Amino acid sequence: MPSLTLESATEESPGFLARLLPRLHAKAFTGGVIVLMFIAVGILGPKIAPHDPNKQELTALTKPPQGLGSPHVLGTDNLGRDIFSRIIHGARVSLLVAFAVVFISGIIGVSLGAISGYLGGKTDFLIQKVVEVVWAFPPLLLGITIMAFLGQSLFNLILALVIQRWIPYCRVVRGQALTLRSREFVVAARCLGAGKGQIILRHIIPNVIQISLVIGTFAMASSIIAEASLSFLGVGVPPEIPTWGTMLADARIYISTAWWLPLFPGLCIFITVLGINLLGDALRDSLDPRLKRTGAGI
Amino acid sequence: MAGFFVQRLAGIIPVLLLISLLVFILIHAAPGDPTLMLLGEETNAADIAKANQRWGLDRPLYIQYFKFLESAAAGEFGKSFKYGEPVTGVIKARLPATIELALFAIVIATLLAIPLGVWAGAKPNSWLDNLGTTFGLFGISMPSFWLGIMLILLLAGVLNILPTSGRSTYGVAGPEITGFYLLDSVLEKNGPAAWDALTHIFMPALALGVNMLGILMRVTRSSVLEVMNEEYVVTARAKGLTEKNVIWRHVTSNALIPVITVVGLELGTLLSGSIIVETVFSWPGSGSLLITALNARDYPLVTGLVMTYTAAFVLINFIIDGLYAIIDPRIRY
Repeated sequence: MPSLTLESATEESPGFLARLLPRLHAKAFTGGVIVLMFIAVGILGPKIAPHDPNKQELTALTKPPQGLGSPHVLGTDNLGRDIFSRIIHGARVSLLVAFAVVFISGIIGVSLGAISGYLGGKTDFLIQKVVEVVWAFPPLLLGITIMAFLGQSLFNLILALVIQRWIPYCRVVRGQALTLRSREFVVAARCLGAGKGQIILRHIIPNVIQISLVIGTFAMASSIIAEASLSFLGVGVPPEIPTWGTMLADARIYISTAWWLPLFPGLCIFITVLGINLLGDALRDSLDPRLKRTGAGI
Repeated sequence: MAGFFVQRLAGIIPVLLLISLLVFILIHAAPGDPTLMLLGEETNAADIAKANQRWGLDRPLYIQYFKFLESAAAGEFGKSFKYGEPVTGVIKARLPATIELALFAIVIATLLAIPLGVWAGAKPNSWLDNLGTTFGLFGISMPSFWLGIMLILLLAGVLNILPTSGRSTYGVAGPEITGFYLLDSVLEKNGPAAWDALTHIFMPALALGVNMLGILMRVTRSSVLEVMNEEYVVTARAKGLTEKNVIWRHVTSNALIPVITVVGLELGTLLSGSIIVETVFSWPGSGSLLITALNARDYPLVTGLVMTYTAAFVLINFIIDGLYAIIDPRIRY
């Protein structure tokens, strides 16, 4: 009975690991393992890749996957480049872009949100107008437009993704800051003579870190997909850097002849994003008591 | 309520103005001369000057912007460099394809997501719930363009049951009435054309709708879960209604309110998602047109397209806001 095994894995009977760490769900565990693997591959990339990702082997063009132990585990592409090595190197770019985007947009969004919510008034109005305008762009469209006009580079790519991804942080943190500013401990700090900057840094921001973490997880998932999408459209990273998105773009014309070309890079994007989403779900379940009560999670 | 709508409508105008300014700056900050690109590197100075004058590129930037605003307000974005025709016309010819694709994607997503979400939410932790939740998670994690490629690989390549690209097989479709091929063929009572259009639209629409499917399923599920604890549901049960009646009449109708908001919000994502899915399937819509226009540095066409997309996005959100107010009597502005 599949239902029984699935249920027992998540809720009913905690296994060994779940007993070891009471909050560790099957969800968090699976997600965590995937994300850790992704990070490890991203960092160790050049050391574990069996071949140079850009080396063209003219005697081995478009070779299908040959299985473990052979020189080209996942086969080669139309230029004789090793798919496995390119995928490993691709993880590096995805990792770098995703972390940079989440980190930078997190800092911008959290600070602007905290300032906006705590100060209120004209500052709030101005920041919220900016939010409204940036948010009025359909998501992928702004990235494409920016990349197409600024040119392809890793820096521009990160910029193009950050420009919209700070918004969710800003909105949620502003809402939190609005309620926090009338809480006793903030009022007490104000009465004791703490300045605005001090209150925001010491009292507002520490209280919004948890929720920002959850937003960050989902932002990371969306950054990876967005990076791949832009690279696929040819406006992402420069073509000489192997990424999952550019690999898919290269594979497009070989769909009918070489199935392994589009299969593996896409599978990597999917599994990585799935892992991050699982982790995000678990994080939200354990941080949001309201959702925990009903057992729900969007 | 009317006051609310007027206020919201008035709020949209400055947003659109700022967006147009942003687009204008972005386009003109770009490296690369459009005149050179179109005429070729070996053109002489006189020809370049003539072309610049014809396209108004020799004027100061702020004049170009005001000119652009003036004509944009009238729905005119100038002539496309590439096609030599008014931008509005070029976009109009491509819009039905995109709208048809987006609508079809929404239909697929909602038809699958809502029942799945309701079933999952009504019986939390059952096998149906597990199946639905997994499905939802897969949906939100799936890169739509990769799903598109995989669908082509499987359904068109291996099984050979669906066409790989385009909107119709050459010569099958009848004359255009509305530009929506499915609707046209139904209006003309042309069975083969309708089937042909359906086989062409199925894969791109499924690829485009998959993220929305995942999100909708998850929102429906959690919304149903929340409503299940409400007192009126307990009352409905207490007065002896069957479980089926309770779920579909009392729970679902109330749980769908947040779902509508999400459909609206995702519509924008769907629109921009169509850019990439259209590219995968060579779907002749406005999304693939944008990529063509960008590659050709066709400023008027890019501006027109970006403005069209953004205006549509803003407008959809406005409509959804209003719909929300009408559907949920608890919301009063």
